[in-house]
Amino acid sequence: MDFQLSDDQRALRAGVRELLAGRFGRDRMRAALDGGTGIDRALWRELGEAGFFALRLPETEGGVGLGLPESVLLFEEAGRSLLPGPLIATHLAAGAVKGAAEGETVVAVLDAGQPVGHLGDADGLLVLGPGEARTPGPGSGPEPGEARAVTGGALRDVVREAARPVRSLDPFTPLWRVTGPVGPGELLSGGARLRDEGALLAAAEQLGSAARTTEMAVQHAGEREQFGSPIGSFQAVKHLCAGMLVRAELARSAVYAAAVTADRAEIAGAKLLADDAAVRNARDCLQVHGGMGFTWEADVHLHLKRAWLRSGQWLTAAAAEEALAADLC
Amino acid sequence: MDLAYTEAEEEFRARLREWLAAVLPSLPAKPSPDDWPGRRAYDTAWQRMLYDAGYAGLHWPVDAGGQGATPTQHLIFLEETEKAGAPYVGANFVGLLHAGPTIAAEGTAEQRARWLPPVLRGDEIWCQGFSEPDAGSDLASLRTRAVRDGDHYVVSGQKIWTSHAEVADWCELLVRTDPTAPRHRGISWLAMRMDAPGVTVRPLRTLAGSTEFAEMFLDEVRVPVSHRIGAENDGWRVTMVTLSFERGTAFVGEVVACRRTLAALAAEAQANGGWDDPVLRRRLGRLNAEFRALWRLTQWNVSEAQSSGGVPGTGGSVFKLRYSHARQELYEAAAEVLGADAADLDREWALDRLSSLSYTIAAGTSQIQRNIVAERILGLPKGR
Ligand SMILES: Cc1cc2nc3c(=O)[nH]c(=O)nc-3n(C[C@H](O)[C@H](O)[C@H](O)COP(=O)(O)OP(=O)(O)OC[C@H]3O[C@@H](n4cnc5c(N)ncnc54)[C@H](O)[C@@H]3O)c2cc1C
Repeated sequence: MDFQLSDDQRALRAGVRELLAGRFGRDRMRAALDGGTGIDRALWRELGEAGFFALRLPETEGGVGLGLPESVLLFEEAGRSLLPGPLIATHLAAGAVKGAAEGETVVAVLDAGQPVGHLGDADGLLVLGPGEARTPGPGSGPEPGEARAVTGGALRDVVREAARPVRSLDPFTPLWRVTGPVGPGELLSGGARLRDEGALLAAAEQLGSAARTTEMAVQHAGEREQFGSPIGSFQAVKHLCAGMLVRAELARSAVYAAAVTADRAEIAGAKLLADDAAVRNARDCLQVHGGMGFTWEADVHLHLKRAWLRSGQWLTAAAAEEALAADLC
Repeated sequence: MDLAYTEAEEEFRARLREWLAAVLPSLPAKPSPDDWPGRRAYDTAWQRMLYDAGYAGLHWPVDAGGQGATPTQHLIFLEETEKAGAPYVGANFVGLLHAGPTIAAEGTAEQRARWLPPVLRGDEIWCQGFSEPDAGSDLASLRTRAVRDGDHYVVSGQKIWTSHAEVADWCELLVRTDPTAPRHRGISWLAMRMDAPGVTVRPLRTLAGSTEFAEMFLDEVRVPVSHRIGAENDGWRVTMVTLSFERGTAFVGEVVACRRTLAALAAEAQANGGWDDPVLRRRLGRLNAEFRALWRLTQWNVSEAQSSGGVPGTGGSVFKLRYSHARQELYEAAAEVLGADAADLDREWALDRLSSLSYTIAAGTSQIQRNIVAERILGLPKGR
């Protein structure tokens, strides 16, 4: 057993981190925030070229031929850098929706009852059937465990007639609420798997965010002085930071293990712990930043808002806990 | 990143399973928790069985009499023995998990030959005399004095919370050998016989009603200078070696046990109707996530130790913080599942709920662990 990153995995992670630092470093991130939050198509295509979406497609289909653990490393980096856009849905749609693998198309996701991020920018819509634990709602839509892809005219109809924009909590994620009917779309294979994989990749993004806010808090605690000392020398602050590391590291073990086993209960546990780590670490990071933490200038609110949003996506705490309870029987 | 065990590791597991299935039925009956001589006999009998089968000191270096097993093999050993319901290391704890490894790492050839084989054979039991009434978290403020008299130290002072003191043969004892030196510099690490004249053990009753630990009064106890491990006044450094062993893999078997307890709790809740309460059900679901993740964190830490040459890292503090909390949560949930029966100490889990309270205190409190994580892992400035 060797439950550590392989050299290739380390190299992959370093490569993505470098790519994102170059293309979506802090200055770009803040500029994007000020300049409207549409999808940056050029960046999207670059991500496509770098294999972000086609990572798990077989090489014979033009993909990179890697597995879930590698995807998890990619999405962890995306979470660290606050990279916006429906990355997970597009990644899952690669190979099924034309142009997704290459980063030519943007695929958003509709999960019954949830607002849809980036619907206005989307070229495709991944429609998830209800998870097994839920009873199907009224209307058409996919059966439980199914997933369908809606594109072209049918998608334009959704945007025009069935959806209305919502003022979004997360400034990087424009949201739409879909209230009307959605065309049947094309049935995708392995629908139930998609929900599990989406939950795992969302957990990976949460992990990246949790690790990043820990670093931000530690850095600030080492620099900011009060009472003649760095605030990080005060135990109350120190203990907040230690708690953040513990949450992030436990989530890391859970997320990486779930990526290796792809086990449903393990994925549910990973999502639950990673949501918890991302949300609570962002809150503690904000506290460590004091008044500065409550400003638009500090990045921490962006992490918190995204973490809140992601907690409600793919697999909620309630559904995860029920799945984990069922696993005990 | 891989969770699969190698063929050799799986072979090791299979052999161990087979052996456990063959020998466990021949183990004597479990003694009652208050029967200290019985507990000692039971724990040492198990150690002797391990020794005879070549499993004693599995993770110790070969030149210390151990088997030189990899951290992963040790993990498998702890997992399988727990799964098979084999005895916990019990009274052999200090000898096998910290005094032994410390002597193996820091002792002379003579000292290793004197003390290590009896630990492995289960002939001698050790206890840990570190804490004092006024030196707990702040261990370096200890005051028990050792004054040189020819080739002996004359030791006087008091120790407290000494687990298994009633049945121990030896004590890893921290003493102050230079009262004028800075706190961390004047300490030495001694091996003291528990039956030496001047040693008085007075049992302390725990909140669970048992006598798990004791006070130890030392009145001019003579300890040969040759029983000092490491240089005089270098005991603090030796102690840090001891503590890193203590936190290394000490809880692996217990995580496995907690996962079993959780499954049993779920079964009990289904039987008594508690399972229909979504709040309780979801609480157990969340605990499932905790213990699954703690097991994965254990595998992560063990793999890390293996790739860095077997040295237990600071990951132990991260683990201990979360584990001690999760264990307490587990028994709180157990109380909810039991309902009114939680007040009955003869019910399963009721006593365990009480003992779980020690987990955030013993082996370094949660506050001290957070200091370690913040200063040694995150690099935050030392404070006061
Ligand atoms: C079941 C059990 C078995 C034990 N077995 C042994 C044994 O075999 N041998 C042995 O030597 N010892 C043993 N101990 C002792 C154990 O190591 C100490 O209890 C522990 O280190 C805490 O010390 P203390 O009890 O003196 O508490 P104190 O140090 O007095 O601490 C009291 C409270 O103050 C907090 N505190 C103290 N210092 C700080 C600080 N700097 N920052 C923040 N908070 C602080 C603590 O976290 C705690 O909450 C055992 C303890 C238990 C409970």
